[in-house]
Amino acid sequence: MLRVVHYLNQFFGQIGGEDKASIPPMVKEGPVGPGMAFKGSFGDKAEIVATVICGDSYFNENIEKATQEILQMIERYKPDVFIAGPAFNAGRYGTACGTICKAVQDKFGIPAVTGMYPENPGVDLYKKHVYIIKTTDSAAGMKNAVSKMASLALKLGFKEPIGAPEEEGYIPRGIRKNIFVEERASKRAVEMLIKKLKGEPFTTEYPMPDFDRVPPAKAVNVKEALIALVTSGGIVPKGNPDHIESSSASKYGKYSIEGIDNLTSETHETAHGGYDPVYANEDPDRVLPVDALRELEREGKIGKLYNYYYATVGNGTSVANARRFAQNIAKELLEDKVQAVILTST
Amino acid sequence: MVKELERAGIPTVHVCTIVPISKTVGANRIVPAVAIPHPLGNPSLGPKEEYALRKKLVEKALKALETDIEGQTVFE
Repeated sequence: MLRVVHYLNQFFGQIGGEDKASIPPMVKEGPVGPGMAFKGSFGDKAEIVATVICGDSYFNENIEKATQEILQMIERYKPDVFIAGPAFNAGRYGTACGTICKAVQDKFGIPAVTGMYPENPGVDLYKKHVYIIKTTDSAAGMKNAVSKMASLALKLGFKEPIGAPEEEGYIPRGIRKNIFVEERASKRAVEMLIKKLKGEPFTTEYPMPDFDRVPPAKAVNVKEALIALVTSGGIVPKGNPDHIESSSASKYGKYSIEGIDNLTSETHETAHGGYDPVYANEDPDRVLPVDALRELEREGKIGKLYNYYYATVGNGTSVANARRFAQNIAKELLEDKVQAVILTST
Repeated sequence: MVKELERAGIPTVHVCTIVPISKTVGANRIVPAVAIPHPLGNPSLGPKEEYALRKKLVEKALKALETDIEGQTVFE
């Protein structure tokens, strides 16, 4: 029977919500939470001997330290296979799962499997290094995610051959394998071209990687510049007048800060549902530093702070939405001759 | 969002706590922040010290905007 160690965040590890996101790692013997579903899928082939649980904020604020602490906990249980998550579309959790999986593989030489929604930032960080089963964006897809992760973990643990990404359900790792096919390449290429010309669906044999990088914009003289504040940290006027969603935001807000020197718990709050809101609600300047920029404006260290700020909630928000928000915001900023932006994220 | 603002030609500095995410998403000017629930503050400090910390981080962000860079740069 394979020995498996499982990694969970504070939420799935049944410790608590965002108020517990800062807890350091701990270990529990046996399966916890989603581990029970894995237990069902593993049957008598593998056993979760221990579960490591760590707060998402603790991990991401102390990546190196937390990784070392967790590796030490895992080592004691001498696992054959490591599993983490699934993290669905939770960004901090996905980053933690990817980091730990890679560290476990590198340090102990054992295979690791995690699961994430393709837009989770952990995917781009770790898909080359770790098997990441493609999941839905929420825990509604737990059952399917667990069954695919468990099946891949067993195959890896028993050193069975691993199939192509679409067969096993993992996100392509950018590894090419030679295989034998019936038709020669020239014929396949012509057939594909004909399908393309006819507008029929076809499957490429080698998708082009998508390198979406933007060259850095030129520096500005901030002493003369009109500077705007934008945040994905959800700072909104008290009462959240535009009803920006606490997760998977479909909109952003534009709010005047003309004549405002300081954001306070009376005037502003956070609409973000993905971090402990206590500190931001106590003093919203901790996320959107209006107070400091006002003073720098008075000191002549910036030209002027733009009269409005833009805010959305970056919590499972789709890339497509975030892109659209920023394109609209950029258009307005350019019309108003804003020369630089400070964008804060939680 | 940082990337789209820069694509439009507006230099943008990303002040954030999880630097690896900012890098993988494609921000060019990155200033590491304090903590996820309070990127520009630290509730364990007194009000004066906390404000000084915030001002310093904002000045670092301004410095990043004033600096011409070749590729992704983290301003520590």
